[in-house]
Amino acid sequence: MLRKSHKRKVATRQTRAPVFAAFGDETRLALVSRLADGRPHSISELTTGTRLTRQAVTKHLRVLENVGVVRCARAGRERLFEFDPKPVEDLKEYLELVSEQWDQALARLKAFVED
Amino acid sequence: MAENRIEKKIELKAPVSRVWRALTDYREFGEWFRVKLDGPFVPGKTSTGHITWPGYEHLKWEAVVQDMEPEQYFSYTWHPYAVDPNVDYSTETPTLVEFRLEKTATGTLLMVTESGFEDVPSERRLEAFRKNEGGWEQQMKNIDTYVAEKP
Repeated sequence: MLRKSHKRKVATRQTRAPVFAAFGDETRLALVSRLADGRPHSISELTTGTRLTRQAVTKHLRVLENVGVVRCARAGRERLFEFDPKPVEDLKEYLELVSEQWDQALARLKAFVED
Repeated sequence: MAENRIEKKIELKAPVSRVWRALTDYREFGEWFRVKLDGPFVPGKTSTGHITWPGYEHLKWEAVVQDMEPEQYFSYTWHPYAVDPNVDYSTETPTLVEFRLEKTATGTLLMVTESGFEDVPSERRLEAFRKNEGGWEQQMKNIDTYVAEKP
C-alpha cells in the first residue's frame, strides 16, 4: 500500500512542475476553461469572443499541448483541440497522497505524545 | 479536497510543552516521523538525515528550518516525499510546512498546513479545474478500487 503510493507519486512528480507552469497564465487558464466542456474545439471557436489573434491562441494551445493538458486532432483540413484531464488528475492524486502521508504521520505523533 | 494546500487539525491529549518537544526535538521528531536526523533543528539551517521507514532507508531527508516560536509555531520548507533518488528535486519550488499549537481544555490542538504546491493563485486554477470535478471523483474511486483489490 505504502510502496504503491510512493511509486505512483514518483511518476506524478516528474510531470508536475511543467503542468503548474503551463497553468501560470490567465490566457491559458481561460482557454482551458473553454476546453473543459469535453468537446473538441477549432482555433476559430477558441478565438471568437476573445481579444486574441489566431496566432496567439495557437501559441498558447501549443504550450498546453506540450504538457499534455490539451490534445490536437485533425478533422479534415481543420485542427481540433480537446482537453485531456489526466495531468490535472495527477496533480490532485499527488495532493491526496501527500495528505494521506500526513494523516499517518499525525496518527503516529498522537500515539507518541499520548503514551 | 479541491485545494492546492493541505490542512490538518488534530486534538492531542498531551500538554503543549510535550507536543512542542515531540515536534522540535530532532530525536523525538524522528521517532514519529520515521526519519533519523543528523542534528538539532536550527532556524535558517538545513536539517539533514535519512528516512527510517522499512524499505526506504536509502532515502535522504532534507528540510530548511524557517521559524521556531516556542510552544506556538514551527515551520520548515522541504520537497515532500522526494522518493526517487534519480530525480533532482532541488529544481522544484519547495513546499512550506507549518505547525501551530493551541492549548485546549484537554491538551493541545495541533494544526498542520502544507502549502506552495504551485505558484499559480489557487482560486484561478480552481476555476479552470472545477468543471472537471466529476472526472476527479471517478479517478479517486478508481484508485480506491485498485488499492482495495491489491492491498
